[in-house]
Amino acid sequence: MAAERGTTGRSAVRSLRSAPLWLIVTAAAVAAIAAIPLVYLAVRASEAGLGTLVETLGRARVAQLTINSLGLALAVTASSLLLGTAVAWVLTRLRVPFPRAWLLFSALPLAVPSYLASYGWLVVSPSMNGFFAAWLLMTAVCTPYVTLPVAAALRAAPTDMEGVARTLGYGPTRAFFVATWPEVRPAAAAGALLVCLYTLSDFGLVSMLRFQTLTWGINAAYGASFDRNQAALLALLLVAIALVVVAGERRSRKHIPTVSARRARPRQISKLVLLGFLPLVAASPIVGVAIPLGGLAARLLQAETIREIDLARLFAAIGSTLGVAALAAIVAVILALPIAALAARYRGTLATMIESLGMVGHALPGIVVGLSLVFFALAVVPSLYQSVAVLVFGYVVLFLPKSIGTMRAGISTVSPRLATVARTLGLTPWQAWWRVTARLALPSVGVGAMLVAIATMKELPATLLLRPTGVTTLATELWSRTVIFEFGAAAPYAAALVLLAAVPAVALSGVRGLARETL
Amino acid sequence: MRFVRPSALVLTLAGALVLTGCTPAVEPDVSETAPASDGTFVLYSGRDEALVQPLIDQFEAASDIKVEVRYGNTAELAALLIEEGDATPAQVYLSQDAGALGALSNAGLFSTLPSDIADAVPAGLTSTDGSWVGITGRARVIAYDSTALDSKDVPTSIDAFTEPEWNGRLGIAPTNASFQSFITAYRVLKGEAAADAWVAGIAGNNPQIFDNNRAILAAVNDGVVDAGLINHYYWFAQAAETGAAGMRAQLSYPATGDAGSVVNVTGAGILNNGAMDADALEFVRYLISADAQNYFVEQTFEYPLVAGVDAPEGLPELEALINPDLDLADLATLAETQALLAQYGLI
Repeated sequence: MAAERGTTGRSAVRSLRSAPLWLIVTAAAVAAIAAIPLVYLAVRASEAGLGTLVETLGRARVAQLTINSLGLALAVTASSLLLGTAVAWVLTRLRVPFPRAWLLFSALPLAVPSYLASYGWLVVSPSMNGFFAAWLLMTAVCTPYVTLPVAAALRAAPTDMEGVARTLGYGPTRAFFVATWPEVRPAAAAGALLVCLYTLSDFGLVSMLRFQTLTWGINAAYGASFDRNQAALLALLLVAIALVVVAGERRSRKHIPTVSARRARPRQISKLVLLGFLPLVAASPIVGVAIPLGGLAARLLQAETIREIDLARLFAAIGSTLGVAALAAIVAVILALPIAALAARYRGTLATMIESLGMVGHALPGIVVGLSLVFFALAVVPSLYQSVAVLVFGYVVLFLPKSIGTMRAGISTVSPRLATVARTLGLTPWQAWWRVTARLALPSVGVGAMLVAIATMKELPATLLLRPTGVTTLATELWSRTVIFEFGAAAPYAAALVLLAAVPAVALSGVRGLARETL
Repeated sequence: MRFVRPSALVLTLAGALVLTGCTPAVEPDVSETAPASDGTFVLYSGRDEALVQPLIDQFEAASDIKVEVRYGNTAELAALLIEEGDATPAQVYLSQDAGALGALSNAGLFSTLPSDIADAVPAGLTSTDGSWVGITGRARVIAYDSTALDSKDVPTSIDAFTEPEWNGRLGIAPTNASFQSFITAYRVLKGEAAADAWVAGIAGNNPQIFDNNRAILAAVNDGVVDAGLINHYYWFAQAAETGAAGMRAQLSYPATGDAGSVVNVTGAGILNNGAMDADALEFVRYLISADAQNYFVEQTFEYPLVAGVDAPEGLPELEALINPDLDLADLATLAETQALLAQYGLI
């Protein structure tokens, strides 16, 4: 077993039977919350009946949408994985001028909502559409999900192993795969999983770039057929795909041996070679940020609705956006904690199920999650319907997976031995866990919280359904102006949204990611 | 590093959630006999805020009734209302298209409007059972790229678009409600066989598929496609933003009597929850008043639907577009239209 190889001397991943009951129960409770959309979909799909199910799934159109969704998700995941890992390697292993600035640029595409990025591109290149366009832009927007965790893992990983491999006569690529890749693989896989699930769930980008995926079919079922049962069937198809993807990522995980080794300095290479890497490093920020924002600025110059900005209204939107993003981030990391802790330390069918349930919500389009919470809130807590509580709850269900993955990776790097030592010093298991494990894994909690905050700021469809009547966020204000072509009036909201989301994105690029690094 | 004690954090958070959840619910004053007023009601608007809010402000000033508006996309709000059922906080739904109104009517969510409202709009432009009322009309038009085409070269019949010369040059939005209403109209006007042939011809002519009218217009305006089938109103909305002089896309109206020459309506209905709400009734009555109808004519260039209000200049006569045989909200018919589009892989 791979786990036995570790120099810590004992396996960090144990059978679920040794897990404390309270951890299993709380993790299962959170998984049940995350599964609310699935319950809703099952109810709606069962209303459709078996006949409709067979008929719908058998349609050539549905097969085509499924193939399109799968093809795009796989292609984007592969390219983001490749590009993100390569960029992270260049920025951490080579002596690059202004490495911090470059890492910051690499994080910026996170701050641009995919619908805004595709809109900006359409201004620059109106005829772009179809698979290639969707792949290109989605890759640019999603690559930071891989770049940032891999860069953090690389900075924490011992580089001399790669040097050793090189002295043994391995080429640079082979040395990377033999010595470094095993160290960063969990981080890369967790990032790739987020990319894949996000691509499956996105509607804004694929609708603007006219690539018809399952989310297109789901929206059409709601919007033109008013057939929520059929929409539910298509959404369940997305869930099934997501479960396969999540299982695949779990299988790809292996225990990382915690080797203590000397950390080598970044390698000096010639300016010319470094220049050759420039397009690679700049690709995602240019395609995902510079070009679309340039396009938006150009459209703004043509606009005739540049009227006085209603500052009170803008600040109200900024305030509520910040408020719900902060609340969602805090609630999400608290709820993600038991699942992440369970998945980091224990194995078993139940642990797998709990983690998978926690992740699938991310593959569902916002409209599905929004409607499922309308259904749930009216049935269970009607007095909270259309309150901030339910809205924040919706964000948590949607974005919980963003924090589960990073926090699991963070916790798994903290040696269980430390907690054992703490217990011999007289701490209770809970105290030991909180004071040692949680504290050491804290940077990953921060990363998880910021990923949730960014996603919440940009979220639109679930916000429109769940917000209290009259409450606006930057995303809803942007939406209500762009749908009627008021680009001039929309500009301050677009700028505020990107700037606000850039703050946590920039912070992410600076977070050191792994607790181990601070040891 | 300092730590917040977990219990303290959870308590603060729970407090925040409870506080934010404590907005008092509005209890409509339900009376058995006559509609009663409490001076406020909730409106779900599938029409855009910038276009509708000034009208609502006018209404509030004139009536002293407070309107709480929830803005959203027409289809998503319809999905929301169906999900909420009779638990909805809304009393009135304002929709961008007849299909969404038909879906809510089918789901039994609307209360029947009094006849002075229901009968104010001619048949063919409103519901057949008084469950909702048409407010404004939008003509289906051909938007064309004036750089690539001369106005006289734009087909006057939509049948021309199945010809080989239009291969790959036409933009359509087949998943959009207004396109589907137009196909339904085609079936009613020219029969199933002709509609089948048209859809087959279009599907075989490599149409450019878009998600909505707005995207088609933007593509025509940028020269991505030479022509597209949209509602007339979008052109005026974009012209208001970028200036009519700067519009590369121009509109062409299909010849009177052509299957492409139809009108889609926007409308409003009172939900069961508002059946006894005098404020909701007053608002819907206001929407078909001369004041509101003129507002739509002047601000959104839409057709007024009540007698005595003049249509915007430069548009074909509304009378030429009305087809009394056509019920745009008939979902059974919509299902057949969707089956036809699905058969040729368009949806």
